[in-house]
Amino acid sequence: MVTSLADILGQQLPLLLPQLLPLAMLAGLLGLDVVSFPQAMISRPIVAATLAGAFLGAPVAGLMCGAALECLALEALPVGASRYPEWGSASVVAGAVSTLGVQGGALPRPGAFAVSVLVGIVTAWIGGTSMIKHRQLIASFARPRLGQLAEGNRRTVIGLQVFGMTADLARGAVLGVAAYVPAALLAAWCDARWSVDAALTRAIVVTAVAAVAATAVWKDFHAISGTRRLFLLSLSVGTILVVIGA
Amino acid sequence: MLLRTLAIQGSWNYEILVGNGIGFCVEPALRRLPGGIDGPAYREALARQCAYFNAHPYLAALAVGSLARVEVDQVAPVRIERFRTALCGPLGSVGDRLVWASWLPACSLLALLVFGLGAPPVGVAVGFLLLYNIGHLGLRDWGLRAGWRHGLRVASALGHPVLQHGPRYIGRAAAVLGGFALPLAVHRAIGGGTPLAPIPVGVAIATPALAVLLLRAHGRIEGWRAVLWLLVLFVLYSVVR
Repeated sequence: MVTSLADILGQQLPLLLPQLLPLAMLAGLLGLDVVSFPQAMISRPIVAATLAGAFLGAPVAGLMCGAALECLALEALPVGASRYPEWGSASVVAGAVSTLGVQGGALPRPGAFAVSVLVGIVTAWIGGTSMIKHRQLIASFARPRLGQLAEGNRRTVIGLQVFGMTADLARGAVLGVAAYVPAALLAAWCDARWSVDAALTRAIVVTAVAAVAATAVWKDFHAISGTRRLFLLSLSVGTILVVIGA
Repeated sequence: MLLRTLAIQGSWNYEILVGNGIGFCVEPALRRLPGGIDGPAYREALARQCAYFNAHPYLAALAVGSLARVEVDQVAPVRIERFRTALCGPLGSVGDRLVWASWLPACSLLALLVFGLGAPPVGVAVGFLLLYNIGHLGLRDWGLRAGWRHGLRVASALGHPVLQHGPRYIGRAAAVLGGFALPLAVHRAIGGGTPLAPIPVGVAIATPALAVLLLRAHGRIEGWRAVLWLLVLFVLYSVVR
């Protein structure tokens, strides 16, 4: 079994390098979708991680990872100027990491699954910070041009818009590449040493993310009368369906 | 203009927020002003529309439509500026409640339900995107048209039943979807199999217990941060032991 860091580097790097350019493009495009253009929610984890998984030949692994991250993304509403994790580029990284060692319809390997969700969260956290920096960058680009905007200069208006979107595309792409290489190596290293049973690993990760999703539903709709009762009732029916449907 | 509204937040920043985006979207309509893009009316109108503005990005289309209309109708500049300022607040709060707090979570929970029912990856992803964007693009298109039609009287469009009552009904539907989706999605994500085996039963007990803990910790830690630290400890345990 390959477990040393040197072995992991030797084995994984030749596989990772050809993936970098397409993944950077995907991470850039999906990072752009979060706020700048077109906000069609291609950047939601359940779509973005599935796309990344499909890109690397393992859509089911990507979907599993995306569903887990989607549970977490339910919690943070992307409201206005508030600070929230950036799930677009992060889900591309996580979805790609989850495909380690699997193809087609196979479930992700246990270590890769746990690490993919972990790196998804970390990358989303860093991505959220990078979005703030991006907004500050646009502001610093706009500040010397406020005079031209006040004169109604068409070129400045369009230029500022193009600058913002280009910088956001680059932000997502750089974040994707910078996070993917160490994340994939970490996943390979952890997976080679993984000691917890596959079913138990999935259960622990899924329990954690499902609890966050349940609290999100509980909190998000609290202002609407009757929603909590409806949630508990349908949760009971859903649980019964799982038991009798098996 | 509809295509441009998709990029309305392209230059979102802490100085003028979505102000430049509004100018960018309104700009094609301003070319109709006397003198065209080289005329003073065009430049004055564009300058007005690029000032500070804040709104929900989808409902900003309503502002774009109405502001384009009042500029093309050459309403007095002072009146346009007052109208523009008055638009900010309602478009932000109504949009946040309707889209971010209702429509998006509802579509997301439906996608998790479809996932839990065993749909293939393409079915889950495409289904989510289609449903979400029917609402998304429909809202932008309606906003632009209603804004253009109503102009200064755009407040009446904000009384639309979908904007007024939509969050309540969508929120209820989302709660029901969430209830169905969670057990089914969890069951698929842990690999399916017999639901009364020790691991699924353990998940069924641990998930609500952890959810209650997270609710009690409300305000002190966000759920995703708690999961982050939990996973760090779990990965370390599994790798080191």
